[in-house]
Amino acid sequence: MSEYKSGSNLEKVLKAGHFAFTGECGPPLGANVEHLKEKAGHLKGCVDAVNVTDNQTAVVRMSSWAASLILLQEGLEPNFQMVCRDRNRLAIQSDILGVYSHGIRNMLCLSGDHQRFGNHPEAKNVFDIDSMQLIYTVKTMRDEGTFLNGQDIDVPPELFIGAASNPFAEPFEFRVHRLAKKIAAGADFIQTQCIYNMDRFREFMKRAVDMGLHEKCYILAGVTPMKSVGMARYMAKQVPGMDVPAPLIKRLQGAGKGKVAGEGIKFAIEQIEEFKEMEGVAGVHLMAIEWEHRVPEISELAGMLPRPKV
Amino acid sequence: MIVAEPKPIKEILEMVKDYNKILVLGCKGCVTVCNVGGTKEAAILASTLKIAARKNGKKIEVEEHTLERQCDPEYVDEVKDMIDDYDAIISIACGVGPQFLSERYPTARVFPGVNTKFMGGAVEHGVWSERCAGCGQCVVHHFGGLCPIARCSKSLLNGPCGGSSNGKCEISQDVDCIWDIIVRKMTELGRLEELLEFMPPKSWITARDGGPRRLIREELVI
Amino acid sequence: MSDNFRPKIVAFYCSNCASSAANVAEGMDKALPDNVKMVQVPCTGRLEILHLLKPFEEGADGVYVAGCQEDSCQYVTGITKAAKRVAYVKNTLEQLDIEPERINIYNLSAGKGQAFVDVALEMNDRVRELGPVLSE
Repeated sequence: MSEYKSGSNLEKVLKAGHFAFTGECGPPLGANVEHLKEKAGHLKGCVDAVNVTDNQTAVVRMSSWAASLILLQEGLEPNFQMVCRDRNRLAIQSDILGVYSHGIRNMLCLSGDHQRFGNHPEAKNVFDIDSMQLIYTVKTMRDEGTFLNGQDIDVPPELFIGAASNPFAEPFEFRVHRLAKKIAAGADFIQTQCIYNMDRFREFMKRAVDMGLHEKCYILAGVTPMKSVGMARYMAKQVPGMDVPAPLIKRLQGAGKGKVAGEGIKFAIEQIEEFKEMEGVAGVHLMAIEWEHRVPEISELAGMLPRPKV
Repeated sequence: MIVAEPKPIKEILEMVKDYNKILVLGCKGCVTVCNVGGTKEAAILASTLKIAARKNGKKIEVEEHTLERQCDPEYVDEVKDMIDDYDAIISIACGVGPQFLSERYPTARVFPGVNTKFMGGAVEHGVWSERCAGCGQCVVHHFGGLCPIARCSKSLLNGPCGGSSNGKCEISQDVDCIWDIIVRKMTELGRLEELLEFMPPKSWITARDGGPRRLIREELVI
Repeated sequence: MSDNFRPKIVAFYCSNCASSAANVAEGMDKALPDNVKMVQVPCTGRLEILHLLKPFEEGADGVYVAGCQEDSCQYVTGITKAAKRVAYVKNTLEQLDIEPERINIYNLSAGKGQAFVDVALEMNDRVRELGPVLSE
């Protein structure tokens, strides 16, 4: 048995004690491979792994496993995301085997946004299993070498298991317990929802550390730089489970014309600097949505470069 | 009606093993009609619990009571003066009952005594069969009045699939292929061409897939 | 099991066949065990599950139903219905870890007085062997 669960770059970086840095890349709204390669290219060398979203916000895109493979071919390490909305346990398990066979080593397990948010609201949803059970499924397949029905797997998939945590959704009190449940179910690493309310996140992390969760699992703090005041307002009002404090919106407004994006990045850098020092935080997950070309700059400013080689 | 079946008595006993004052609460709605949760069945369950206690040398008190309906706050209210006298309530209504009780009496320990199965009807005495999946947008008239969503194992709208054989579904010889029945019926009626039309993907937004449902009829709201 | 255990047994018997058998038995001077409580019913088909459970709840150690032959039931399907309900209660008892043999159904004929007594004795012996319902 190797010292690693999956041997992914992300796992190695975290295990070596480095402050990890992950990015994100949404697959195209079509088969535009060149566009995907271009977006992903900006992230190359800047991050330890790249999350590839799975029909994010329930909008149909190129499948996350296929886009993950393209990233792999481009020399990036994908963090393959999977939601429970679109597949039952048969498809879930076969996709897990499929991605592993093609060299994918990280997988983020999510429930998925409800399809009513997306562009096919009339779709049936699956939710055969939930995100907690998905984590358990991947762990069972990896560590027990069996499918959910107990049957043996001929060469089990060895994946580094990720899960999401939203410290800002209600009820706040229960959030850290849900995180603990995900860790107990088998999560090796956690990527949190985008953080804007730092007070609340500090409180959340304090509770997580008090429970010793940071010793059982790597927690990566989610950061999405604000591009505009409109984006901040939209996130504050329209995105469920997002907590954007009014003072932050004010700060962005105060930046003046043409300087909002810079201010957004500045805030993100400040956050990252604090996360580096925050007990229990093992890294940052940067979700620069449709802003991949700014990632090198942000990485540089945040002092995240060069990325460690393990 | 909503069709339910009794939970195995062992499961019920396990649920209430720590409780000594138990109220079995029946419902005079659907579950009475399908002989699972009415006055009679409440008495049978209460008696069974007492026999189990006798067998185990345990002292318990079991009472039974049956409400007009458990899906109506007005009737759920009826037990407000007695609910605190019990440390466990076993509702033998459909899944709505235990929830209405739990919502109306937040501190009560409410347990389900039946498993709610489906919306259907009695096809013969003692035999019930599913008819409706509650999709929220009825289309039975396209299929000779028979619902493939509830009755086809794959809910196919353009069936039958390749697994239909001798009028039976591929999942079991005990399951009729509803598409076989639909096709035969429409053929006999000379209306087969209606089935030749392509049925486009259905919107499930009105079904459970669209989220938990709620119905408001303003003309009835007081 | 202690030898002096006297089980409480409740017998439901049909007023058509078994009751004539009872009369014949009386005429033959055949005595029933006095720990068997006889309850005459117009037709065993009218026995509900609850009727069969209640004696156990109230302290009986055994219950049996004595009714018509399946092919000559006074009310055609009465005894068949009773048989299904007895089977249901057997299953319930089994789930409660109580011996299902504590309930039984017998098919009698009007003239067979001996049989009427024999089933009572058989149930009595059987339940005596099983002992009380209470777990040790």
